[in-house]
Amino acid sequence: MMWKWLHPYANPETSYHFAGKILPWCARLAFAFLTIGITWALLFAPADYQQGDTFRIFYIHVPAAMLSMGIYLGMAIAALSGLVWQLKLADASAAAMAPIGATFTFIALITGSAWGKPMWGTWWIWDARLTSELILLFLYLGVMALHNAFDDKALAGKAAGILALVGVINLPIIKYSVEWWNTLHQGATVSKLGQPSMTADMFWPFLVCFIGFAFLVTALICLRFRTEILNRNSMRPWVRELVTTEVKTHAV
Amino acid sequence: MTQLSYRAAFALIVKRDLRIAFRHRDDIINPLLFFIIVVTLFPLGVGPESTMLSRIAPGIIWVAALLSTLLSLDRLFKSDHADGSLEQMLLSPHPIFILVLAKIVAHWLLTGLPLILIAPLLAVLLHLQESSYIALMLTLLLGTPILSLLGAIGVALTVGIKKGGVLLSLLVLPLYIPVLIFATSAIDTAGMNLPYNGQLAIIAAIFFASLTLAPFAVSAALKVSTN
Repeated sequence: MMWKWLHPYANPETSYHFAGKILPWCARLAFAFLTIGITWALLFAPADYQQGDTFRIFYIHVPAAMLSMGIYLGMAIAALSGLVWQLKLADASAAAMAPIGATFTFIALITGSAWGKPMWGTWWIWDARLTSELILLFLYLGVMALHNAFDDKALAGKAAGILALVGVINLPIIKYSVEWWNTLHQGATVSKLGQPSMTADMFWPFLVCFIGFAFLVTALICLRFRTEILNRNSMRPWVRELVTTEVKTHAV
Repeated sequence: MTQLSYRAAFALIVKRDLRIAFRHRDDIINPLLFFIIVVTLFPLGVGPESTMLSRIAPGIIWVAALLSTLLSLDRLFKSDHADGSLEQMLLSPHPIFILVLAKIVAHWLLTGLPLILIAPLLAVLLHLQESSYIALMLTLLLGTPILSLLGAIGVALTVGIKKGGVLLSLLVLPLYIPVLIFATSAIDTAGMNLPYNGQLAIIAAIFFASLTLAPFAVSAALKVSTN
């Protein structure tokens, strides 16, 4: 059943146009949610009783950190389906996700560091979660470097996919590192679904921010996915046709 | 043509790799020399006070072990890939899992084992606490096979690339971090005369997980690399 529904999207052309269709919607939703969420979070949400206004960086730091791991998981799932079912587009989508994930990991590290300076009095501590986030960044960079090292993009996608799958072992280590090494970093406050250990007027702006960032990621992935498809299919007739019509419309 | 049993095929490849290595002894000795020299550099760099050295000795030995393993990884598939015997192995009727595992075992015998044998000597140079020696040996014994197993994945991925050397370290070193953390933590704990079986158990868990899973990743990667 599912295969019947998914089948047309194994065709690069269909996927290209599908991604093109949802891209503007995701971008608009991301813009709307982020505008509301960030304004709410920065101006109207209550300040933390202990950390004051400094804590507002949380509304960017935590979504970025959660998405950095989520994107890795998505990349690994895409890589797995690429390996198991030999879907070339799955490899392309994994390749599209890697740089976005790396960027979000970097954002999480930078905002975390900026948050750590006033709170802990230092830009960087070798705490378990910070360290594993840094390792996650290295894993992303490794996947990207491996992907760039191959000339043949189909091979590159497969090789990078294997590496992503190997690296996905890192994700549970990140998840449980807090319990394992139990250091300065505070425990998870958000993921306890149902009973978040933060007040509702802090949780809702966070949720809006998170959804906004998630749509932003989806939009960026669509954008990069389209580019990857074009790169891999540049010799196909439909791509040529696309380019000629594009050139014509721009010429007029 | 008689069919080789799995065990015979495994033994054949281990023997072949060992024989090749013994004919190029430098390949065994050079990573070991590198290991010794790196360890020697640290006292020169941070000063000879024995208290500080014994504090950082576990980390130094383990980091040096990681780096020297990394240097020796190239040998695992590179020459076989160059002369085409790797492709013949992949074409052979035996499961690639067995062949890959045999090559990794041979690699460990040639790099991990000498490293374990020489480590106590370097521990003496670094004034490692006496209660830590057994922990050092146990972590190396459980940990160095993990280095070979995970490293093999990296080599298999990069063997087809011309300048794969730096890339290899980029891919493999992050994967080594958990081993490094638990191994040094076990040695430190042993230095304080506390039980360290928790850390050992985790290293053992990583060892068995990589023993069962890594050969699959290696064979998938080899198939990609040899195309």
